[in-house]
Amino acid sequence: MPSLKDLKNRIGSVKNTRKITKAMQMVAAAKLRRAQESAEAARPYAERMNAVMAGLAGSVQGTDGAPRLLAGTGRNAVHLLVVMTAERGLCGGFNSSIVRKARQHLTTLLAQGRTVKILTVGKKGREQLRRDFGHLFIGHVDLSDAKKLGYTHAQSIAREVLSRFEAEEFDVATLFYARFVSVISQVPTAQQVIPAVFEAAGEERTDYDYEPSEGEILTDLLPRGVATQIFTALLENAASEQGARMSAMDNATRNAGDMISDLTIEYNRTRQAAITKELIEIISGAEAL
Amino acid sequence: MADTLQFDLVTPERKLSSVPVTEVQIPGAEGDMTVMAGHAPTITTLRPGILKAIGPQGHLTFAVTGGFAEASGPSLSVLAEQAIPVDEANATIFDELVAEARSLADAALPEDRAVADKKVADLIALRAAAGY
Repeated sequence: MPSLKDLKNRIGSVKNTRKITKAMQMVAAAKLRRAQESAEAARPYAERMNAVMAGLAGSVQGTDGAPRLLAGTGRNAVHLLVVMTAERGLCGGFNSSIVRKARQHLTTLLAQGRTVKILTVGKKGREQLRRDFGHLFIGHVDLSDAKKLGYTHAQSIAREVLSRFEAEEFDVATLFYARFVSVISQVPTAQQVIPAVFEAAGEERTDYDYEPSEGEILTDLLPRGVATQIFTALLENAASEQGARMSAMDNATRNAGDMISDLTIEYNRTRQAAITKELIEIISGAEAL
Repeated sequence: MADTLQFDLVTPERKLSSVPVTEVQIPGAEGDMTVMAGHAPTITTLRPGILKAIGPQGHLTFAVTGGFAEASGPSLSVLAEQAIPVDEANATIFDELVAEARSLADAALPEDRAVADKKVADLIALRAAAGY
């Protein structure tokens, strides 16, 4: 049975923890709002880009001159997984769920006898994958000193991926990140970026004049499309991370509150028991006289 | 003349402007072009240069570093890689852009070298056109 003093100390320390988690929750909420805003601001560009590229891809696909970023290398042997996670922990199952998704994909690929290479973005995913798949790592992108995610970060990741593609280091590239649905729900997603896949354009498209030719525009746009997709993924991931952290910290704050009330009840009981015990001692002492 | 077209300028990071204008001058990869309402549907890539939108509320001038433009009758969307309103620009921004392009050109493979060098030249021209 813990003494009164021990209990008091415990209550004090849990109260401190609650203050910290509460503060983290509020910081995450503020950052989430900002992350959502930038994700929203980036949407028109990405949508336009996809629409135009889907139109172009439709007309070029199947022809001999189709760029390799669209048509692929014709092989399916080497896969590059770009695993995007957070730089920090304490955000619930956020990092683990992305890693789990990547791991599943990885195991299937390995079982099919494919070669797999991993590029990690964010150190948490790297730490989790290192033990089992450390030998597959080909690179890491560190974003911990990035105050605000910009398109330049996406461009540098894209440049890294594209130069490896040009050097024929892999045939298929897939991004792993968490799509932001709401504060309580972030869906780990796998998205193939090379060769590019487009949803079939539903509506009838207008016939455009292309300047320069369609092929040239597409060659120019495809690398940009990769960068845009990476940028979207980075932003979604950032929003998801903050959302996950917010709900994790909300839970932690609530748990700490429950713990404090339990401990307070125990503290009061113990105090009462001590008082009763002292009274009994005094009374029985008086009776013995 | 009263006809206007919807002009949207977006970059990956934000939407810079969305206003009705009467004409837009675009630095196309194959030469400058002016888009007015009812332009034939066209997609063109951009070279670094000055993009000028002339509308009822006056002129909007942006320095763009690349991207593409999509004109379709009543609207024109410019998807720029990077766009800076000329009023907000300063010499340092352009110097950085030129320096970055130059370092990329130096690192480029021989077959990409010409393209990269052209980009550097375009950026220097852009800096001059913006008045720095």
